[in-house]
Amino acid sequence: MTAPSTDTPTASAALALGDDALVLSHRLGEWMGHAPVLEEEVALANIALDLLGQARVLLSMAGDEDQLAYLREERAFRNLQLVEQPNGDFAHTIARQLYFSTYQHLLYARLAAGDGPFAPLAAKAVKETAYHRDHAEQWTLRLGDGTEESHTRMNRACAALWRFTGEMFQPVEGVDVDGGALEAEWLASVEDVLRRSTLDVPEGPRSGAWTAGAGRQGLHTEPFGRMLAEMQHLHRSHPGASW
Amino acid sequence: MATAAAQQTARTQPGTGRDGTAGSIDADDALARAFDAAVAADERIEPRDWMPDAYRATLVRQIAQHAHSEIIGMQPEANWITRAPSLRRKAILMAKVQDEAGHGLYLYSAAETLGTGRDELLDKLHSGRQKYSSIFNYPTLTWADVGAIGWLVDGAAITNQVPLCRCSYGPYARAMVRICKEESFHQRQGYELLLALSKGTPEQHAMAQDAVDRWWWPSLMMFGPPDDESAHSAQSMAWKIKRHSNDELRQRFVDICVPQAESLGLTLPDPDLRWNEERGHHDFGAIDWTEFREVLKGNGPCNEQRITQRRRAHDEGAWVREAAAAHAAKHTTGAPQA
Repeated sequence: MTAPSTDTPTASAALALGDDALVLSHRLGEWMGHAPVLEEEVALANIALDLLGQARVLLSMAGDEDQLAYLREERAFRNLQLVEQPNGDFAHTIARQLYFSTYQHLLYARLAAGDGPFAPLAAKAVKETAYHRDHAEQWTLRLGDGTEESHTRMNRACAALWRFTGEMFQPVEGVDVDGGALEAEWLASVEDVLRRSTLDVPEGPRSGAWTAGAGRQGLHTEPFGRMLAEMQHLHRSHPGASW
Repeated sequence: MATAAAQQTARTQPGTGRDGTAGSIDADDALARAFDAAVAADERIEPRDWMPDAYRATLVRQIAQHAHSEIIGMQPEANWITRAPSLRRKAILMAKVQDEAGHGLYLYSAAETLGTGRDELLDKLHSGRQKYSSIFNYPTLTWADVGAIGWLVDGAAITNQVPLCRCSYGPYARAMVRICKEESFHQRQGYELLLALSKGTPEQHAMAQDAVDRWWWPSLMMFGPPDDESAHSAQSMAWKIKRHSNDELRQRFVDICVPQAESLGLTLPDPDLRWNEERGHHDFGAIDWTEFREVLKGNGPCNEQRITQRRRAHDEGAWVREAAAAHAAKHTTGAPQA
């Protein structure tokens, strides 16, 4: 199965948003047993579980959740390149969470307020993402305005992931929001958090010409294929089995 | 609290009470008698109550080991989170590993009521001065191991832990009430995972049988050494920390598992396992205590790997914890500066 069914704008959008949640959930799952403090084992797992729950609802709107998760090739995934980025150190994970959860929270707030097909999911997800956003902001403040080392690491992480943030505001078929307004609100919020954290607002482009919208079109970064190989291996080894 | 502390000081310096009089020895005796009477009456001992030093030390050792087991126990299961074969199973496994971290936190809190700190306990775990359950030194080699751990390892843990809900030390007993509820849920999920495999394809069935074959004996070892070799048992039972002997609990567990294995359509790897009409229990084969002792000494298949990963997570997280502390120090107003 290389190409999912995206016959309708809703299925197409469900896949894009579902893949974001699925892939980031998987990355956070990689932290389990490795977190810097026990409370973060709980928090990161909690966020991963919320995202996996969202992914399951969304993928089910587009087809069979397991077929979509386990039997698609890399080129058929529609997630943002941001969420597939490796965990790196805790600062990288937090920078990725800050960028993504701010976007997701603003997006779901809009979807929850509308009457489109995503309104019921968004009504629940907006509460979860508010918590994720708060968690990411609190850690950005602690790491940015903590020690010299944490400040350096957090600045480095925010800068490294900056070039993946433009993709979030490219239009997605079936997602009826004003990308420009979303982007303006996202920028204002993230810049405010970074300033309060004594961190630099990165200066580079928010998406190079070749990355704009790339993940949404199935063009991913190299680490993603390896992530999928691990995620899909067992399922693919037993065709047709139920678990 | 001040009174309790003063009483504690008096008690730990027998014969030389604070005022140097013999009165404190009488007071000490009274406290010891009150403690014994409370235990005899099945009352709960609470953090501010007087307790014998050895009771305190035994509880710290046991609760810390229990907490460490929850934390180390995350590893063999987390090993399969990124490879879970369906999204439903992945969600269940993530939730379970998250619960284990939560159980670790409850238990460290319970241990802290006895006057020790979480950092100190973690330090003892990392340096090998405190142990964790021997079971987590076995590797998870297939997906079915996740089911075997749920069914057998959590099943053994529950058999051990349900009586701890009536343990004489209040904070531990209350933690166990919360933990046992979640553990029995995990155990049912593990059973259900194995059942799906057992009834699945021939390859899945073989995977389930292989996992049960590898986890059965290590699970029986979770109840500890036989009664005649168990160093702490008699005293712990007298103090009502422990309610049943290792061998009693092990027997109870075997009797529970045999019919469950049958309904799973799986066999248990013990040719000597059979019902004994006279005893009203299952007889079972001899446990390899040499293997048990080797694992406890650090020579099991994963001892090195488990503790190395745990230390690495802690060491690599040091800068994060330092950042959090530095941030709190800068932004907490009104608190005394360290």
